[in-house]
Amino acid sequence: MASAPVLLSKRALIDRSYLEHRARLLDVASFLDRVERAGGEGADDFRMRAFHACCALLIDGKPDRTQRILELLSDHTREPIAHAHTKSATGAVPPTSAGAR
Amino acid sequence: MYIDPHIHMVSRTTDDYQRMALAGCVAITEPAFWAGYDRSSPQGFHDYFRQLTDTEPKRAAQYGIRHHTWLCINPKEAEDPVFAREVIALIPNFLACESVLGIGEIGLNKNSRNELEILEAHLDLAAKHNLMVLVHTPHLEDKLKGTRLIMDAIRNQGRLDPGRVLIDHVEEHTVGMVLERGFWAGMTLYPDTKCTPQRAVDIFEMHGTERLWINSAGDWGQSDPLAVPKAQLEMRARGHCESNIRKVSFENPLAFLSQSGRFKIS
Ligand SMILES: [Zn+2]
Repeated sequence: MASAPVLLSKRALIDRSYLEHRARLLDVASFLDRVERAGGEGADDFRMRAFHACCALLIDGKPDRTQRILELLSDHTREPIAHAHTKSATGAVPPTSAGAR
Repeated sequence: MYIDPHIHMVSRTTDDYQRMALAGCVAITEPAFWAGYDRSSPQGFHDYFRQLTDTEPKRAAQYGIRHHTWLCINPKEAEDPVFAREVIALIPNFLACESVLGIGEIGLNKNSRNELEILEAHLDLAAKHNLMVLVHTPHLEDKLKGTRLIMDAIRNQGRLDPGRVLIDHVEEHTVGMVLERGFWAGMTLYPDTKCTPQRAVDIFEMHGTERLWINSAGDWGQSDPLAVPKAQLEMRARGHCESNIRKVSFENPLAFLSQSGRFKIS
């Protein structure tokens, strides 16, 4: 694979992008806080369960986090479905789908 | 200088053409796609194909941008196979038009049986007329499964050279399998879904620059018609040489699209 190396050093990448990603990390944290503070339905929303599982992958110390998160959020069934009842995707595998992991 | 090989200019203003030209765009290709609502008749598609083959090339030419197109009924409107086949029957009437490069963007949306049937009908049309193919892969949780089903459908059909098929909207979990099977792969630079310029450059670093391109897929949703030049800036800032930047944003799309015998730059 790796035919073009990462050209910038660790320090250069951190210097360039740390603040941007610090802000995104705070966005994620405040989103979790906001959902937790809110009332109404959704305490067991399948998307948020998947989101929490993805957060765990961020800190497991293993490589290819992006690919593993995308795979965690993917339908892993192999057969076409009988009918498309909607045009849209939700960003996580709905619990009714056989592809939920 | 760059080529944006996937952008829906029918949804963009003339100001966007001007801004793209100022940023160095010399040519684009525009696949047929979903308008945000289902068209009520095949005649609606006939008018859309006229817009793609006649109106948009003139609008682009005002800014020195060469416009090309791909025709199909998109997978979001393929759940009614009878309707979809009526639309497919219109496509041969437009194939004599010099700016039509092939069939696209075809593929799957929710990975249903009807969508797959219409994908196969499009693949047959492409094989019959020796046309190139631009493939849309599904969104979000449906992408991995849909990418596999689409590649299997092309392999089972057996008459299309993977080197003349581009599978678009790849991400980290699909790019490897697409390249391994001999297809070209496209990365779409979107603000919320698909790839960001940063991740696209990561993918170049991990998978190399062969048979890969970048596009904005600018349309009526949240999207950025200047995404390709922004990715060029990201590559430059991360130390990539000018020849690699030119390869992914100009030479690769030029090489793939030139196989049509119809692709021209201004
Ligand atoms: Zn598109």
